[in-house]
Amino acid sequence: MPLAKRIIPCLDIKNGRVVKNVNFHHGTWDAGDPVELARMYDEQGGDEIVFLDINASWEQRSATLDILSRAAEQVFIPLTIGGGVSEVEHVRSYLRAGADKVSINTGAVKDPDLINRSAEIFGSSTIVIAIDCKRGSDGGWEVYLQGGRTATGIDAVKWAEEVWRRGAGELLVTSMDADGTRGGYDLDLHQRLAEVIDIPVIASGGAGTLGHIAEVLTTGRADAALVASIFHSGQHTVSEAKAFLAQKGVPVRT
Amino acid sequence: MSRIVIVDYDMGNLASVRNALKAVGYEAEISPDPAVVGAADGIIMPGMGAFGNGMRKLGERGLIDAVRAFAASGKPLLGICLGMQLLYAEGEEFGAGPGLGLLKGKATRLPDAVKLPQIGWNVVEPVQTAHPIFEGLDKTFYAYFDHSYAADAVDPADVAATTDYGRVYCSVAARNNILGIQFHPEKSSKVGLHMLANFGRAVDSSPCHQRV
Repeated sequence: MPLAKRIIPCLDIKNGRVVKNVNFHHGTWDAGDPVELARMYDEQGGDEIVFLDINASWEQRSATLDILSRAAEQVFIPLTIGGGVSEVEHVRSYLRAGADKVSINTGAVKDPDLINRSAEIFGSSTIVIAIDCKRGSDGGWEVYLQGGRTATGIDAVKWAEEVWRRGAGELLVTSMDADGTRGGYDLDLHQRLAEVIDIPVIASGGAGTLGHIAEVLTTGRADAALVASIFHSGQHTVSEAKAFLAQKGVPVRT
Repeated sequence: MSRIVIVDYDMGNLASVRNALKAVGYEAEISPDPAVVGAADGIIMPGMGAFGNGMRKLGERGLIDAVRAFAASGKPLLGICLGMQLLYAEGEEFGAGPGLGLLKGKATRLPDAVKLPQIGWNVVEPVQTAHPIFEGLDKTFYAYFDHSYAADAVDPADVAATTDYGRVYCSVAARNNILGIQFHPEKSSKVGLHMLANFGRAVDSSPCHQRV
């Protein structure tokens, strides 16, 4: 039996509210209370919730820890939180607040050994490595940091392989070219990852239609699709997405 | 109101089990104390992580005998994920070692032909369809799994439900008052909450806690 392909609503949170950045830095709009939205998505059949804290520093995280503990009391699907994790202690405090998994991005690039240490202490299945990348001129993809502001020169596929070897349990890979455009996921990127990586990959960036989601889970070979705008805007519900996928023959939990 | 105690042996997120029980109307206490465990009407042993660590932590807190004695008392005991695996006689994660030995069998690694850990929603097919833990559920259902090891070489009579991932294994075990659930009911949305409510009712109706 293949595992169900997962639909994961993603809530970007800042100062306790949900925001969705279009193309990372242009035009932010407010989409509501994170806990209320997470509950609604659980109710609709969302398979997990990802919270990404887009505040700049760890010191601004108390609102987020509060959101997490409230969500853990009311939402009964796995909760992943990311944002600003650069030490094992950050992982621990997110887990203590009620997260099931913690996503690490910049912190892992700056200190790759953080992946090994965290996986060893909390278990691989707790550690999600988030990779933001852009297509380069050489046909590959380059890892970007700080929400897309800083290029690293690191090849995204090679990095994905390394973090897997270091003990990451899952990858959350965002195509920054596609993110916020609603023009579809970067299928080449996800196909390439599926050829190389043997842990689940969550595809992120670009969902504009239910057809895009189906595409990345079939042609793109991703294990899960991260979806934001089309749910937050009310364009579709998670249940509609699931029904659409089931009809297309994609194994989903309905 | 019956007392449900969540056994705290420092292996994973215990609050999520308590939160889920609370959502279906059961208050549970989280405790590492063998005496509190012994006095409970029902216990839940959650847990994430390696088998050997789990047994070591149980041992350090004097919980091995407490859990075995509780099992022998006939009161409802539920092991979740690693907590289910520890019910078996043996585990092999990070070196073979003995488990609690409450169920026949061992926890072995799932085949490498599939992605490990198994993280995600898979199908649970109840075999003991009339078992109260499945009351009110569909004939088969999706539940949330997160593990690399699973029950093996079990007594077929103890298999309450199976799941197929690399091999067909026992994903819900039931023997008298002892229950094991390999997936995470506390993270399996409505289905999981429903199962925890069913367990809560089993604790309520257990003859062992009828107080004078």
